Amino acid sequence: MHSFGYRANALLTFAVTILALMCAMASVSDNFNTPTPSAQVQVLNINWFQKQPNGNDEVSMTLNISADLQSLFTWNTKQVFVFLAAEYETPKNSLNQISLWDGIIPSKEHAKFWIHTSNKYRFIDQGSNLQGKEYNLTMHWHVMPKSGKMFADKIVMPGYRLPEEYR
Amino acid sequence: MDWQGQKITEQLMQLIIVAFAVIAFATGYLMASFQMMILIYAGGVVLTTLVTVPNWPFFNHHPLKWLDPSELEKHPKPQPSPNVSSKKKSVKK
Repeated sequence: MHSFGYRANALLTFAVTILALMCAMASVSDNFNTPTPSAQVQVLNINWFQKQPNGNDEVSMTLNISADLQSLFTWNTKQVFVFLAAEYETPKNSLNQISLWDGIIPSKEHAKFWIHTSNKYRFIDQGSNLQGKEYNLTMHWHVMPKSGKMFADKIVMPGYRLPEEYR
Repeated sequence: MDWQGQKITEQLMQLIIVAFAVIAFATGYLMASFQMMILIYAGGVVLTTLVTVPNWPFFNHHPLKWLDPSELEKHPKPQPSPNVSSKKKSVKK
């Protein structure tokens, strides 16, 4: 503390240490948030359902996706990454998970949404198991913070079924 | 900056920074604004820098009081003891 340089060094070191502590506390404060998100998906139409030349089944569908994810946002939230996946079981794989749609929600105001879209990514099976297949639509989200720990969770929506015949 | 000033500046630096950190965190939390927290804290660090890093006059109120030169005469430098020479003699014997 006997010179300008020493005092400046001591101050900045202490300031950065306290800053790290504040950021850690901000991250911890996220644990006090109890989110209550809701989501709903309707499959309006199976646009087409075909077997590819290589033998894999492929589906294209029109979806109505509505969700209210506002409760995921806290003061430490930078954005929320959300994606909708079709999940089902086959003899070969106990869990098949295919992302149909995803989005980045940049703020709380955009977190309540309703969209009408066909699946953004191709719904392709590893094989030919999709005829008459029952599947879940699962909305997953990752809450990306400004500092600290990332939270992830999902809502499972069961009860969807693909047609028996190709079209 | 004297010894007392250095001690005061260190304590003052820590006190102001921690105080601003608490205020910044509370404000950020209540306003749900991480950015506000960072801005208030940054302001606190700047203020602390201006207050405690330069060598302000109020850090120089307790200068060391060096002894007066006349004290030297009251406490003369010790002279070598004659006993040393007698020890040497005994060794020779």
